Amino acid sequence: MQSLAAATNENLANLSNTLIYSAMAVYTLAFFTYIAEWTFGSRSKISRTAAALTAKPAAGAKAPEVTVKNAGGTAVLERPKVVVRAAAGARDVPDGPGAHGGDVQGDLYGRIAVSLTVLAFLIEFAGVLARALSVQRAPWGNMYEFNLTFSTTAVGVYLVFLALKKDIRWLGLPLVTSVLLDLGLAVTVLYTASDQLVPALHSYWLYIHVSTAILCGAVFYVGAVATILYLFKDSYENKLASGGKPGTFATSVMERLPASASLDKFSYRINAAVFPLWTFTIIAGAIWAGDAWGRYWGWDPKETWAFITWVAYATYLHARATAGWKGRKAAYIALIAFACFLFNYYGVNIFVSGKHSYAGV
Amino acid sequence: MSNTDTSTGRTSDEQELGAAASQLSTAPQEDAPNLPPALGVIGWARWFWRQLTSMRVALLLLFLLSLGAIPGSLIPQSGTDETKVADFMKRHDVLGPLYDKLGLFHVYSSVWFSSIYILLFISLIGCIVPRTWQFVGQLRGRPPGAPRRLTRLPAYTTWRTETEPEQVREAALVLLRKRRFRAHVTGDAVAAEKGYLREVGNLAFHIALIVMLTSFAWGQLYKSEGNKLILEGDGFSNTLTQYDDFKSGTLFDTDDLDPFSFNLKDFKGTYETTGPNRGTPRTYEADVSYSVGAYGKDKKRTIKVNEPLVIGDSKVYLTAHGYAPVITVRDGKGKVVYSQPVALLPLDSNVTSSGAIKVMDGYRDAKGVAEQLGFQAFFLPTYVPGNELASQFPALDNPVLNLIGYHGDLGVNAGIPQSVYQLDKSHMKVFKDAKGAEVRENLKPGETMTLPNGAGSVTYEGTQEWANFQVTRQPAAGWALGGAIVAIFGLAGSLFIQRRRVWVRAVRGSDGITVVELGGLGRSESAKVPEELGDLAGILYDQAPGAPETPVSDTPDPTAVPAESEGAEK
Ligand code: HEM
Repeated sequence: MQSLAAATNENLANLSNTLIYSAMAVYTLAFFTYIAEWTFGSRSKISRTAAALTAKPAAGAKAPEVTVKNAGGTAVLERPKVVVRAAAGARDVPDGPGAHGGDVQGDLYGRIAVSLTVLAFLIEFAGVLARALSVQRAPWGNMYEFNLTFSTTAVGVYLVFLALKKDIRWLGLPLVTSVLLDLGLAVTVLYTASDQLVPALHSYWLYIHVSTAILCGAVFYVGAVATILYLFKDSYENKLASGGKPGTFATSVMERLPASASLDKFSYRINAAVFPLWTFTIIAGAIWAGDAWGRYWGWDPKETWAFITWVAYATYLHARATAGWKGRKAAYIALIAFACFLFNYYGVNIFVSGKHSYAGV
Repeated sequence: MSNTDTSTGRTSDEQELGAAASQLSTAPQEDAPNLPPALGVIGWARWFWRQLTSMRVALLLLFLLSLGAIPGSLIPQSGTDETKVADFMKRHDVLGPLYDKLGLFHVYSSVWFSSIYILLFISLIGCIVPRTWQFVGQLRGRPPGAPRRLTRLPAYTTWRTETEPEQVREAALVLLRKRRFRAHVTGDAVAAEKGYLREVGNLAFHIALIVMLTSFAWGQLYKSEGNKLILEGDGFSNTLTQYDDFKSGTLFDTDDLDPFSFNLKDFKGTYETTGPNRGTPRTYEADVSYSVGAYGKDKKRTIKVNEPLVIGDSKVYLTAHGYAPVITVRDGKGKVVYSQPVALLPLDSNVTSSGAIKVMDGYRDAKGVAEQLGFQAFFLPTYVPGNELASQFPALDNPVLNLIGYHGDLGVNAGIPQSVYQLDKSHMKVFKDAKGAEVRENLKPGETMTLPNGAGSVTYEGTQEWANFQVTRQPAAGWALGGAIVAIFGLAGSLFIQRRRVWVRAVRGSDGITVVELGGLGRSESAKVPEELGDLAGILYDQAPGAPETPVSDTPDPTAVPAESEGAEK
């Protein structure tokens, strides 16, 4: 009976490995398909940004003359439409069409890439599930498992945004690239055949704490990618606005991304939305530490870096809330905050020893 | 309504919105870095206070706080690991003393770190108090009246209707109030505002931060934490002298120790026997009987890893477990000179253990000379032949005790504190057999190892278990938790609730037809504001339907982008 159970577990563990490798294969396919989307998209020559930026003065002087009306006299009356104005002084650049750049073939590849991403996500998810069943606990006992769960969650977040019809397909290529890096690192450097959980990890607070930490990480990651793209797009728009002429490659890529204002808003919303969850994660960790180690806060390196990350994101939110620090400066703070998160995840496990070091490399 | 005045520049635009957008938040006004005044002490103090409570300085302090926390995570801290600090001092002649001077071995209680968070703390209070008053003022007052031109607002809609203006305003007032807006009629328009919970949340969050910081500091000052290793059958009473080691906050007083005592009846550990989790504890618990106060009744409890025993402000945690082989040492004449369980320290998760047996007095060698004995002990609870160096399982399946004997001077009388788990071999000689090899033997329970040249014998009688308990007292933990919970909800309110204003203007045009205009303004740009405005407009439109007419102008504003979702069309 016992050996049967052991054999089942072994089979599950092997199945998990196979699934993870399969998922990597499908992610690789998705990666090339996203590249195809970008490549075909570059055929379309669009330059909305320049047009909007140069057309701006004329448009700005005109008062909005909006009398959007009912179609007079008919039985079916049209309801009034709401007109939206960008805040005074904001650059009014339209969002790009996305990686496919309006190209039909590019769009087709983009759709295929998303389907492949969904498939890879499902396979990876099954792999994580098999792993969890094989060790009969949550799949985050060591960095190998943490990496798997983390990338699965990041892709999950991306797919949820897509399902909510958010304009975020442009994130696909950077996301799948880093997922491949993350998985590559997991299966080569971090691979751990099986691992034991010390008794301190037997607490439901652990499940709450680690699962929310992973979710926060995934969302912070999406926010950080959007922030980086914002910085690129913003420089691009600045260059155009000041009469510069960016290279053709930059133009081709940047024109297809959303406007810098949209990217900025998107990354702010994302970061702001998970900040309470990150706060909760730290508090759940403190409660768990209180139960397990007898002190809820002990300046253990992992705790310290969670705190540093928290303060960094709080600094970012403050910077956004006060006038002078919007835009690029705030974006840099957001990136520093994400770097702190990454360091807490990799750096502390690898370079610093502390109470959390049983999490193992 | 059709407004064709195109000469209005952006400046008047902003001035106009200024009044309507005023007090939409309680964020302090950021003024340019003002120069210090030449106004003597009071002027300086006021200037300093204004600087300290400005957002810019709050940002800076937050930034410094995270920066300051970094060295503590990279440099060994005396609070967590004293030996590592000593080791660091030994290895770094220059850096060591320098770090020590800078307080880098105890960052989180150093002067400079404390001053950062105390300044932040003051800044926080200096920020909250005026904001709270301002907010109370806003709650007492009413939403400001409509700006002259609603078209300037981020969200705008309009139509013409044959309904009377008063009726439209009345309908709007009812509608907005039903939607939980604070609304009133001023002049020809209804002014309404909603989302005050955002400010409540924000204030609650910042106040909760103060509560958390205070309880944290309080806990640090009055906390205490001690460790005690207890063999099965032994007991402990909560006094300072009973602890193996003890740490406490600066304001801690021994009277703060909660009076209680407990006995370790039984430690139970069972482990997974198969699968990838082999060796993982399945049950890991200590049965204790405890009593509170001097004459308290005995009560029974089981302490588990994540389930401490709570008595008053104290919590008793089960932190470790190990084995204590029972050792009997006889001298050359067969007289028992030592007989007791010796707790060994676990080295890995399979409880491979090591330790030292120290026979301090009563022993005489073959020649009758008083001497001390020491044994280096290495213990495997589950010995599998071929694996001499590590236990293969944490339970006592096949225990083997490996001993190396030494004789001489243990050095315990030198006055230097010594670890009970380590032998100081500098004045000891290892026992050697006739061939000159170290005497070293693997013993099973009941077996005896004979020391060479009639020096006596050591017997491994059997094995007891021990458990280590940590007793901590951390006052104000409940306050910290309460603060944390309020902080999360406050934060969620402050980040997810949008504070926004809606104005509905209804005036009779020159042709006798009523012109209805709706404008919406949020604290920050958001897609929700136009969406909600569309909703409101849709409902109001049903009550004041559009009058048939030909559009006055069909050129839409080029800078205007239609809202993503036109609520009115749902
Ligand atoms: C540990 C310290 C602090 C943390 C973690 C923190 C965190 C936050 C967060 C998360 C927000 C919400 C930001 C938003 O609305 O987007 C906020 C808002 C705010 N904080 Fe803090 N804060 C801290 C200290 C301070 C201090 C010292 C001050 C005053 C000098 C301050 C003043 C404000 C103000 C005025 C707002 C509201 C801004 C607005 O209404 O838009 N905070 N804070």
